[in-house]
This record gives sequence, structure tokens and C-alpha cells, in this order.
Amino acid sequence: MTTTEFETPTLDAAPQIDEATKAAWRDFAPGNWQTGVDVRDFIQRNYTPYEGDGGFLEGPTERTTGLWATMQPLLAEERKNGILDVSQVPSDILAHAPGYIDKENEIIVGLQTDAPLKRGIMPNGGWRVVAASLDSYGYEPDRRVGEIFTKYRKTHNDGVFDAYTADIRAARSSGIVTGLPDAYGRGRIIGDYRRVALYGVDFLITDKKREKTELDDVHSTEEVIRTREELSEQIRSLTELKEMASNYGFDISGPAGNAREAVQWTYFAYLAAIKQQNGAAMSAGRLSTFWDIYFERDLKEGTLTESEAQEIVDDVVLKWRIVRFLRAPEYNQLFSGDPVWVTEVVGGMGEDGRTLVTKTAFRMLHTLYNLGPAPEPNLTVFWSPSLPDGFKRFAIKTSIDTCAIQYESDDLMRPKWGDDCAIACCVSAMRVGKQMQFFGARVNLPKTLLYALNGGRDEVDGDQIGPALAPITSDVLDYDEVMERLDPMMDWLAKTYVNALNIIHYMHDKYSYEAIEMALHDRDILRTMACGIAGLSHAADSLSAIKYARVKPIRDERGLITDFVTEGEFPFFGNNDERADDLATMLVSTMMKKIRKFPTYRNAVHTQSVLTITSNVVYGKKTGNTPDGRRLGEPFAPGANPSNGRDSHGAIAAMMSVAKIPYDDAEDGISLTLSVVPSALGSEAEQLERGVGALDAYFGSGGFHVNVNVLNRDTLEDAMKHPEKYPQLTIRVSGYAVNFVRLTKEQQMDVINRTFHGSLETAA
Amino acid sequence: MTEPRTGSRYEMQIDPAGAGEAMQERDYYAVHAADIEDIEEEDDLIGYVHSYEVGSTVDGPGLRFVAFLTGCLLRCQYCHNPDTWHKRNGHPVTVSRAMQQIAKFANVLKIAKGGITLSGGEPMVQRPFVTRIFRRCKELGLHTCMDTSGRLGARMTDEDLMDIDLHLLDIKSGDPATYEKVTNQPLQPTLDYARRLSELGRPMWVRYVLVPGLTDDFDNVQKVADFCGTLSNVERVEILRFHQLGSDKWKQLGLVYPLETCEAPSAELSERVRGQFREQGLTVY
Repeated sequence: MTTTEFETPTLDAAPQIDEATKAAWRDFAPGNWQTGVDVRDFIQRNYTPYEGDGGFLEGPTERTTGLWATMQPLLAEERKNGILDVSQVPSDILAHAPGYIDKENEIIVGLQTDAPLKRGIMPNGGWRVVAASLDSYGYEPDRRVGEIFTKYRKTHNDGVFDAYTADIRAARSSGIVTGLPDAYGRGRIIGDYRRVALYGVDFLITDKKREKTELDDVHSTEEVIRTREELSEQIRSLTELKEMASNYGFDISGPAGNAREAVQWTYFAYLAAIKQQNGAAMSAGRLSTFWDIYFERDLKEGTLTESEAQEIVDDVVLKWRIVRFLRAPEYNQLFSGDPVWVTEVVGGMGEDGRTLVTKTAFRMLHTLYNLGPAPEPNLTVFWSPSLPDGFKRFAIKTSIDTCAIQYESDDLMRPKWGDDCAIACCVSAMRVGKQMQFFGARVNLPKTLLYALNGGRDEVDGDQIGPALAPITSDVLDYDEVMERLDPMMDWLAKTYVNALNIIHYMHDKYSYEAIEMALHDRDILRTMACGIAGLSHAADSLSAIKYARVKPIRDERGLITDFVTEGEFPFFGNNDERADDLATMLVSTMMKKIRKFPTYRNAVHTQSVLTITSNVVYGKKTGNTPDGRRLGEPFAPGANPSNGRDSHGAIAAMMSVAKIPYDDAEDGISLTLSVVPSALGSEAEQLERGVGALDAYFGSGGFHVNVNVLNRDTLEDAMKHPEKYPQLTIRVSGYAVNFVRLTKEQQMDVINRTFHGSLETAA
Repeated sequence: MTEPRTGSRYEMQIDPAGAGEAMQERDYYAVHAADIEDIEEEDDLIGYVHSYEVGSTVDGPGLRFVAFLTGCLLRCQYCHNPDTWHKRNGHPVTVSRAMQQIAKFANVLKIAKGGITLSGGEPMVQRPFVTRIFRRCKELGLHTCMDTSGRLGARMTDEDLMDIDLHLLDIKSGDPATYEKVTNQPLQPTLDYARRLSELGRPMWVRYVLVPGLTDDFDNVQKVADFCGTLSNVERVEILRFHQLGSDKWKQLGLVYPLETCEAPSAELSERVRGQFREQGLTVY
């Protein structure tokens, strides 16, 4: 893979290292990181791997508990009304005065607006969405702001619809393509927020100026002009970041001098990003190993105690938990529970074989005990069978106690993206500061199959959406014939899809550029075009039914195939049965191959995910009966999960099936959500060992991602009836965690109906 | 095990081809001739399987591949798999097909420090099938485990037992009369089998299903505990608390479920029973 790189003379503009910087960098092992931006080099030379257990950890201080208690009434009020408050001053880095929860008692400061949980508006994405969102919560949109963003300033959303084709519009409204970021921020960009702590803003501005000056002698093509303009915007946003921090009373022009400053500087950078962008996912990156270097130095210098170190981590996590965006009801349907995806990666192994687990990885997970379980930050453990045993057990224990962790395969990601990659959103890996993605939501595979049967007509409303190819006319579906029709339908879908994404991201760059996040990237980065598919198990099971059983289509009065009668047994995806699993793999690889045929905006590398988040419910709602027996309107299985109840041979068999989906053809991630019922037998050590064994087995077999819920049905059912009793009940769904009580009733039912693997229940 | 079938151990499964059993309640309770017939020892020996699951955490150490075989002589009042009583209710599977299925998971079972467990039904009803599977599993380097009532222990040769790394032995009551009331079968063969395993030094976990009002009598429990105390091979005792998950199947089979109104044992009662075993110096969960 290649990054977009300009051929430029390299200017020797290494920033001068002044005395203040030398003091801030005291006792750090020197290296390349000192002369140019290279956070990974700094980490590798300075971090301390930790192979012990969690015995050193400290509980919450009174201050931490008090501050979190101060937030509770506000959070309760927010749960009741949907949102607590909103500011109609268009949000940006400097739009709002400093805000605090309780200034005297905060260790890490900074809020998105001037008060906690008060949401900002970000109309660069689109005015209509902002107005609809305000409307839905009973706020009247500010007319002046509305006038500015409809009359004087074009938005991303307007740009996209100026360029959409009729084909794209039709595909979008039929629901074969859903959730496109054409009316909301694309997100999925992770600024390397650590750079601000390690270097200070001035160093970074100097470096950005170098990057821009290098382009002076390059001929002004459209690409070069755009890059120069972007670099100027980046430099401007860095200056604003410095001013924002200064308003809070901090000078971040130079590097952080201790752990508290390192966390504060990093958080300021992240804060600037969430003041500027309402992205679908605003991830934190991979901070714990970096921060640990500062914690270790302070602990050695005797200026910090373990309790104080934990307190700093608790405080920044508390801040992450109250990040809020104003979002429209349609958005909430797709991504329920107000998620932000403040994804933070812990764990993993380094390229040199040392573990990247540090004490701060433990401290980060420990916040789930100190502050109680919560969906944010989206704590993501990079799992490898080589991880130290103490950390493995601690992570599993935390999962059992809180259900708030997701796991992803370090061994699959490291060879592709290196050992300093992080996760944007749920499962999208990217090298921090060196890579970004163009988020592309997903397409509906079962509907595509139905279009193939019906000659491109929608099975629900009968409209001609896809190409008018010959429909299937036989009385029994023939596998080869169906595949012959499916192939051109997937071609059409891939073409329409990449077309739409190119338009969206062109316009997003133009009208809603993420200046501060990109300021914390290198100039020459790898971009990926992250496509996605939904309903994989239903499409695979439907093909399996057609191939291994007898499927008779039933046509309605319009001549459309709207139902099926299936005779005989057929294998389902999720039972480690090659016959069905091969069909799922074939669908993933075929779709990827087709997507790769269409050139992308800014030469982004094509990728795709098998991930739905909570949109599996909406997709299912819009999709007719499928040959696998799924009824019209029933939710799809989430992500790469087997269909509900069809995986009848236990959790490990399901995991082995999902592990077969090739990461090479789904480099944006493959999501599995697993709910297990805690076993009442054996010792705690044995329970942890089983958890470790299950993850070692799954990831050792090529599995990419798993959400683990350790729950019982009764708790969930009780929580539906009495939500007030469970304000912190956290469950994981397809790549992120949510407060169960904030899901819609439909989504709650979907979660409950999903397979609870009986094999992990108590037997008698 | 030839093809995936819907449902787990908690779902009723009767193979339409093999069954043809009369569904009269009295007939259903009877032990059918076919249930205990010997199976010809040939290469592609057939066994009858109710279902299998991979990833069980409650059928032995680590994560287990558990196959539930059909055929049983006992008629336990709390049976949660009454659809496994008759062998021909199961799905016919050859040894080689079964091993193909198991082998797919051999590697992950080893990683997860687990293995294979044959459960039932009563696995020893299908002794030739069971012993072949265990032998082949040992050849694959898998940990082997049999979940049994011990009722047919006399069928097993000492050599057979060498291929079974761990027995999960259900001793369903200590008082012979209570045992018969619970299971409709005599207690003594189970005790003999346990003694024999102890003498051979074959490791064993004893399981005791605690049902309020049926198996919870102090003396009844004490007799099992005392007996276990005299054995040298009991690594642990697991108290399995009664639950109602099996009741639907009884209804589906047109049987009267004797424990319809029975509730799960209280935490207090469970702890009392665990204590009785602990006093014998046993590890109890």
C-alpha cells in the first residue's frame, strides 16, 4: 500500500530545542523523535512493559467519587429529556468560553461548551440536520444561524446533494445503501493527540510550516492547491488550540513537563477536535502506553503517588464519558444510545516482541471499577495469545464484572498497520497520525440478493432501483442461476456505492474539513475508503438454503418474489460447517473484489467492514422475507454474527465460523458480539482461565473482533421494565458499548432475543 | 453430527427417521429393547447423538466439546433431557463422521485447555461407540471426559477406562430408596463403579443434583458425602442446583413433569449441602 506522497525537497527545518523543552524531556531516552515528529519512536525507546497483575491498583479518591456524584443529577436529567441543554453558537475550537463541572475539584479540565452536557451545533455538516435535531428536542432553531448556513455558507450536506446522481438517490431511499455520512460528520479520524503533549504546539506549527514550504516549488495542480489550503487550515487550528488552552489557564506552546500535564495537553488536543467536529466516531487513539512513560517518570521522581496517577486517569475518563453531540432522530435509529466512540486502545504486543501493556493499561481498565461501568470510553483490548497472563486475566475479569470491553486481534493488525495503530469507532484500525479513513457506512446484502431475484425491483415497494435485469422465473430457485443474477447486481451496487462515497468525501473535505484532527497527522498519509456490508449471515444462509435445500419462491400480484417455501434442511453460518461458512466468505471476498474495481477519491485504498453497530435493526426493517426463513422487518444479525438462534452448536463453533472471514478482504474489521451467561461452577480462577482460553482460541484461529457480554436474561428483562434501577447497565453491541436503558425498545428486544449461548449456562 | 440441526441441549430433538416411538406416557417410561442393544463392532460403527455443543463451561475442565448421546435407563424426575431416554431418538452418526467433526475443533480445544465430554443420556448405553470415540480422541491428544450415572459401569473394561481422563459421576442420592424414587433404578451399580474407578486411580468429579424436597434430605446427602470421603479419586464435588429449564420438553413429550412446581434450592440450602461434602475434606463448588 502506498500513501499519497509528494515528491518534494526535504528542507532541513528541524525545530530548535530550547531549554524549556530540554527540561520537559528530562531523563527520556533520546532518539529520532527529538528532531522530527515521531511519537512511536519516543514510546519504543521509553516505555516500561508490565507483566504483573492488578495488585498495585488504587481505588477512587474521595475527590473522584465526589466529582462523579456531581454529574449524576445532570446525567439523570439528560436521560429523562434526551438532552440536557444546547448552545446555538456554532461550535468550534474557540466558540465557547471555558466550562467546568466543579473547577476546584477537577484535575483535568475542559468541556465542549461552557457547561457540562450542553451540546453544541456544527452546521458545517448541514443546516437541515441541525434544525431537525433541535426541533426534535423542542428547541427553536436560531434564525440568524439558519440564515447564515442556508444563504451565505454552503454546507457538506448541500454539496453532496448537488452532486448525487439519480441512481444514488434511489439506492439511498430504498435502503439498499443506508447510513451514509452525507448529513452528519464522517468521523473515523484519529488525531495523534499525543503529539501536543510530547512536543507542544509550537514545535508542531513549525513542522507544519515545513510541510507547506516544501510544496512551494511543486506545480500547482488541483491536488497540490488543496493540500496547501489544508495545511494552512491546520496551522490556523493549531494556533486556536493554543489559545483555547490559554483560556483555561495553560500554556501548551511547549511540551508537557509531567504526567498530569501530559494527560491535560493530550486531552486539550482531543477537546479541540470534538469542539470542531461532530464525527460519527471521535476516537481517542492509543494513549495509555504513551502516558505511562510520564507516570513512571513522576513516580520515580517521587512527585506522584499511585493513587494520584489513578486519579488523573479517572478524571480524563470522566471527561470522555460526558462528550456529547447533538444528533438527529434518524441518526439515533442507526446508532443508538448516544455513542461517541471515544475508542481507546490498551494492550497489544510490539513489533520487537515486548508487550505494550503497561501499568496504565491496568489503570485505564480500572476506571470501570472506580467510576462504575459505562459505554464510553470504548475500551478496546488488543489481544494476542502472547499477552502477559496477568493482563489477560485482569481484562477477562473486568469483562465479566462490567461487560464494557471489546477485544481485537493484535496479531492480525500489527503486520498490516504496525504496533502504533489504534481503532477509529469500533473495528477500524489505522496508524495513528499516519492514516485516516473515509467512512462509508454499509450496503444491504440480503436486499441485494432479493434484487437479483426480482430483476432490480425492490421487494417491498416494487420500485425499479437496481438495473432492470431479467428476474428469476423458475418455480424452484437454482443456485447457479441465482449466482448468475447476483453477480451483476453486486457490480451495480459496488459502482453506485463507491460513486456515492467519492462524492461524500469530496464534499466533506471541501465544506467540513477536520482541520485540527488533520493537523495532528503527517501531511502524506494513507487514506482508506471504508465500505461495509450488513446482513452477511442472512445472505449466506439464504444462499445455503437455495444450494442445499429446495426453495420455492412465492410471487405476489405484482409478480414480485416476496416469500419463500423452503423444504429440507440446510447448513447455517455459525456452526463451523464449511458448506455455509464458505458462502459467507465468498460473499465478503466477492463484494470486496467488486468494490476494488472503482477508483476512489484521493486514491484511497478500498477496504470494507462487516459491522452494523445497531443499524442491523433498521436494515432488517426495510428488507423483505429472505430464503433463510427470516421474516420481513425482522432485524438482521449484527455485524458478522450468525443469525439469531441458527448457531446451534455453541459459542466456540460460532466463533470458528466468524474467524474464517478473511481479514484481507475486510480490512476495516469484522465484528462479532457474543453474550454468554456466567457459569456458576468452578473457581474464579477457572472462570478466568476459560475466558482466556476462549479468546486465545478465537484469535489464534484468525478471529478479528469480539464484544463480550456476560449477562443473564433476567437482568435485561428487568432493566426493560425498570430502567431507573439500571442507569449504568452497560452492554456491548457490534463494536461499541451502550447504556442498555438508552436503547429503543426494539433494539432492547433485539439484544434479548439474540442467542444466549446455552452452553455457558448452568447444567443440571 | 452429520449436519447442523437447530437447537441446543435445551431444545427438544427427536430424529424423525430413527424414532417412531409410541408417545403413550407409559410406553415412553419403559426401557426399550433397542435402548440397550449391543451395536455391531465394525469400522463405521453408528452412534446416536441428540446434539453437540462446543464451548461448554460446565461439563469438565476448560472449554468442552460436549456430545449428548441418546439412550438411558434412568428416569430421573428432574431430567432436563427426556428426549434422550431412547437411543433411537438420536441422530445416527458414524464414528468417522463424529471424529471429523471433533477434529475440526481439536486445536482450539487444546488452546482453551479443554477437551471432549460425552454426556447423555447415558453414554455407556452406547459403549462400543463411546470407547472408540475416546480412543480416537486420545490419539488426537485431547482430554477426555464422560458424564455418567455409572449405572452401566459393569459394561466397561479396565482398558476402556484408561482412555477416559476424567469421569463426571452423578450420584443422585445416597439412600437406596430415595435413589430409586428419583431415578427408577438401583443405586448399587453406581457405587460399585465409583469404587472401581477409585481403585484404578481414575480421576473423578462427583456431581450431586440438589432438588428441594426430593434429594435435599440431610441423611440422604450425608450418605453420598460419607461415601465420597472413602474414595481416593474425587478431585471435586459439584452441587448442581435444580432449575426449571427442562420442563418444556416434558410437556412436548406429553409427559407429566413431576417437578412442575419445584423451585431452585435456596442459597442457604445449597451452602448446607456443600458444607456436608466439605466436612469430608472434599473440594466443593
